[in-house]
Amino acid sequence: MQGLRAYRLIAGMWIRSTMAYRASFVMTAVGNFAMTFLDFVTIALMFSQVDALGGYSLSEVAFLYGLSGVSFGIADLGIGSMDRLGRRVRDGTLDTLLVRPAPVLAQLAADRFALRRLGRLTQGALVLGYALATVHIAWTPAKLLLMPVMLVSGAGIFCAVFVAGAAFQFVAQDASEVQNAFTYGGTTLLQYPPTVFAKELVRGVTFVLPLAFVNWLPASFVLGRPYPLGLPEWTAFTPPLVAVACCALAGLAWRAGLRSYRSTGS
Amino acid sequence: MGAARLYAAVAAGSFRRYTTYRAATAAGVFTNTVFGLILVYTYLALWDQKPHLGGYDQAQAVTYVWLGQAFLSTLAIGGGGVEEELMERIRTGDVAIDLYRPADLQLWWLASDLGRAFFQLIGRGVVPFLFGALFFPMALPASAARWAAFFAAIVLAMLVGFGIRFLVALSAFWLLDGAGTAQMAWLVGLFCSGMLLPLNVFPGALGEVVRLLPWSSLLQAPADVLLGHADPLATYAFQGAWAVVLFAAGRLLQSVATRRVVVQGG
Repeated sequence: MQGLRAYRLIAGMWIRSTMAYRASFVMTAVGNFAMTFLDFVTIALMFSQVDALGGYSLSEVAFLYGLSGVSFGIADLGIGSMDRLGRRVRDGTLDTLLVRPAPVLAQLAADRFALRRLGRLTQGALVLGYALATVHIAWTPAKLLLMPVMLVSGAGIFCAVFVAGAAFQFVAQDASEVQNAFTYGGTTLLQYPPTVFAKELVRGVTFVLPLAFVNWLPASFVLGRPYPLGLPEWTAFTPPLVAVACCALAGLAWRAGLRSYRSTGS
Repeated sequence: MGAARLYAAVAAGSFRRYTTYRAATAAGVFTNTVFGLILVYTYLALWDQKPHLGGYDQAQAVTYVWLGQAFLSTLAIGGGGVEEELMERIRTGDVAIDLYRPADLQLWWLASDLGRAFFQLIGRGVVPFLFGALFFPMALPASAARWAAFFAAIVLAMLVGFGIRFLVALSAFWLLDGAGTAQMAWLVGLFCSGMLLPLNVFPGALGEVVRLLPWSSLLQAPADVLLGHADPLATYAFQGAWAVVLFAAGRLLQSVATRRVVVQGG
């Protein structure tokens, strides 16, 4: 609870500081929006040449894209600045956070809270809106309920990836880019249907790094599509459990990372 | 002769500097490989739906993906070139020292960027490309002449890439904070270079326009030379013309900037 309060205070401070340069905020938010929008333009360009990709139509791909975009957008907005940890370890400023009476994780998550990342979230939400307006879904109460559950769980899974990535930076420091492969790479992967990718890759992101639970599995239920890897139907409802498990593991990794921290002393 | 030695030394120094970032290079190789892996499956699905899209067969499309990953950091299409450093020096006023040197600003930074680009090509480009060649069917030419023609096109691409980014960097003389221009330049660069999708897949008039813009010299031009899709001499003429135009524009802007602008700092 103390962590949440610290997070709120620090994030609030960064928002006030961002708002001091309003024009700059608007420009970077628009840039953030445009950067992710290009991903979707690419998909739209692909569909200017074909009618289906991996057996999915444009609106179905947009559905996957929107779900992945919103889930990742929430995580990125909330704790996306954590990838600065490597830099803080290198220049020794992490020590400042250690002596403050608030959890380091909360301080670091709120560090340089970047409101401009609303751009990415907005873009994901718009594409999801487009998908919902165009795709044909036979809505049932279960499907309706699954929508918000899937978005929140997806955000949880991505948060766990961010925290685990930060924990890895205690060891790797300069190699912070590795994390991008799993965060930005992960969300890019999930924008496309699972039928596009090789079985081993799908297996990897289901059983090893469970990104498939962000949208592939629950979306298969909502769209009434065959499940990747022929998994049983109930797996569509497991994302909350997977998210909790991921967060717990990431928390352990974070503890181990923080314990092993040796200050540069400078 | 003395001047050429100076710029060669600058380039060599820059090359050596990048060799010291070993962990960051390894992390970059990993990330490029993961992104290449994701992209390659989406391209395979696209070409599966529509063989010979844009005049490429499937193996050529695969080659194109891995070339893109090899060139992303080499040509600094998504940022990471010397322009960031130059912009920072303009902002802080350190550029005054650069202007004080008995060397030309544009050539100095060109030499520095070429050193960086050659390192990134070897350090970050080769491994993902070999990974791609090992695990996916690629269309690689057997003739040494074609490879030589390809490398010449890469060098010209490096010149054009720098020409664009030098103009972007100089904008900082007027704006001080060049982050906005840099972001816009990355966006346009990623889209118009064909990093997201080959330019010959772009439909209609959009395709014709992007193929004439300078960014098509970066990835599309060398790729088409390697894939035997374009006549090397015509490609060199196109790249060379853009390089000349961009360098002349850079020179003009540089002389205006250094005459008109008061350097900050003290």
